[in-house]
Amino acid sequence: MDENSIESLAPERDAINTPYWDNLAQGRLTYQCCNACHKAWLPPRSECPGCLSDDWAWKDASGRAKLISWVVYHIAHHKAFENRLPYNVAVVELAEGPRLISNVVGIEDHEGLVIDQPLQLRIENEGGVALPRFVPA
Amino acid sequence: MREKTVIAGIGHTAFGKLAGRSTLSLNVEAIRKALADAGVDKGEVDGLFVKCPTSKFEMMYAQKLAESLGIVPRIGGAWDQGGATNASMIGYAAMAIEAGQCEIAVIALADNPATGTRQAYDKAWGEDSIFGWFGTPAGYAMIARRHMGEYGTTSDQLGAIAVACRKHGALNPHAQLRKPLSLEQYRESRLIAAPLRRDDCCLVSDGAAAVVMMSAQRARQLNLKNAVPILGFGQGQTSWEVAQRVELTTTAAEKSAHTAFKMAGLTPKDIDVAQLYDCFTIAPLMTLEAYGFCPRGKGGQFVQGGRIEMGGELPINTSGGLLSETGMPGLQLVLEGVRQMRGQAVNQVKGARTCAISNQGGIMHTHSTLILGQA
Repeated sequence: MDENSIESLAPERDAINTPYWDNLAQGRLTYQCCNACHKAWLPPRSECPGCLSDDWAWKDASGRAKLISWVVYHIAHHKAFENRLPYNVAVVELAEGPRLISNVVGIEDHEGLVIDQPLQLRIENEGGVALPRFVPA
Repeated sequence: MREKTVIAGIGHTAFGKLAGRSTLSLNVEAIRKALADAGVDKGEVDGLFVKCPTSKFEMMYAQKLAESLGIVPRIGGAWDQGGATNASMIGYAAMAIEAGQCEIAVIALADNPATGTRQAYDKAWGEDSIFGWFGTPAGYAMIARRHMGEYGTTSDQLGAIAVACRKHGALNPHAQLRKPLSLEQYRESRLIAAPLRRDDCCLVSDGAAAVVMMSAQRARQLNLKNAVPILGFGQGQTSWEVAQRVELTTTAAEKSAHTAFKMAGLTPKDIDVAQLYDCFTIAPLMTLEAYGFCPRGKGGQFVQGGRIEMGGELPINTSGGLLSETGMPGLQLVLEGVRQMRGQAVNQVKGARTCAISNQGGIMHTHSTLILGQA
């Protein structure tokens, strides 16, 4: 694979995260929720970071979220992003609690965002991977 | 533990581009100079604490260094907390000396990312790279943006920190970057990962530094005049990745400082000069808040008006810090603290009796604090 391509950045699949990416490909953003203590989390991991139980289940996110923070890249660290500058990367908190790295899309002004503003999930295909991105709600 | 141990010697190499030098070679030079400064023979060193070189991780690095030094220490090893490592190793060495595990400890760091290998930086990007999430500056930018949103902190306030460090570094003959920076120049500095600009980011440097520690009692027996007492030390590990950190605008630096101040029996009001880890300008700003030099959210206002410059209420990074002296991760700040407490700094804070030092690593994942007293 071309190491400069966006495809080369596709997440490595393993036993724990494969359901997460498969669910996204089917249009569902899911998170893990502990059956013992009810803590909700992302990214995928084998044990609950709250009570360390290995008894958990995938749950569907509502798609409602808020913006915790964001940065705007003015230099590219990878060839695949050189023609996208400037672009943003955001920390997003789902209504259900888990946080994830994402992008805010459907905006003109990357500097015009506001912390804690409401966002809505929009799943987009990027390099063959269904990614959870967000638009202002 | 207050005043039980001292830093008896300090040494460092040149800072900048040192082509052709291995980290072992750089470490040996810094340690040779630190031992000479302390007046200690290498054969007496029985504790060796070394930071894993940031530029290239190597198994059994401390043992390779011991062999290069021709010593057989009782205890030691290589540590990794990123940039917090050095201050933490000084704390571990203090505990080891007090517990009778060693008598003379050497703490050292060498890196050569400027001209040597950048192996550690070449690792595959993480799972979130498909979103364009790359690099350390963006992690700090994510924190800075939240701080701006929560507290109204401004770019000019971050700039005030860069201006202060560059002003101090310009007067330091050992500094890698001796070019003062005006606030106007800062405003025109290139955006890297907004809100951070080029001049918010530390230097990339080759170099090494080392300190020699022993008990205060041993220093008195040897009649050392320049032994700087360690008044307090502490650590705090924030650990969570930026995306998972519940509060982006506070870190375990608070715990670290609390432990160190408690040991020292001091409060922030008692501190005369501070060396605060400035890998990115937002770091010292938040450290000032975490340590209690100003209330939470007021760091931006605190750093303005020359308060953190020479002649101000709390001069920081008096040799230039990571932004101007050298980008090496942390030990240079301890060396400058020692010089201030000896009264031998280039930018000497007159009559300074106490110095607080912060080291931190990752994207504020780790934190370590030292408080030094007058020699």
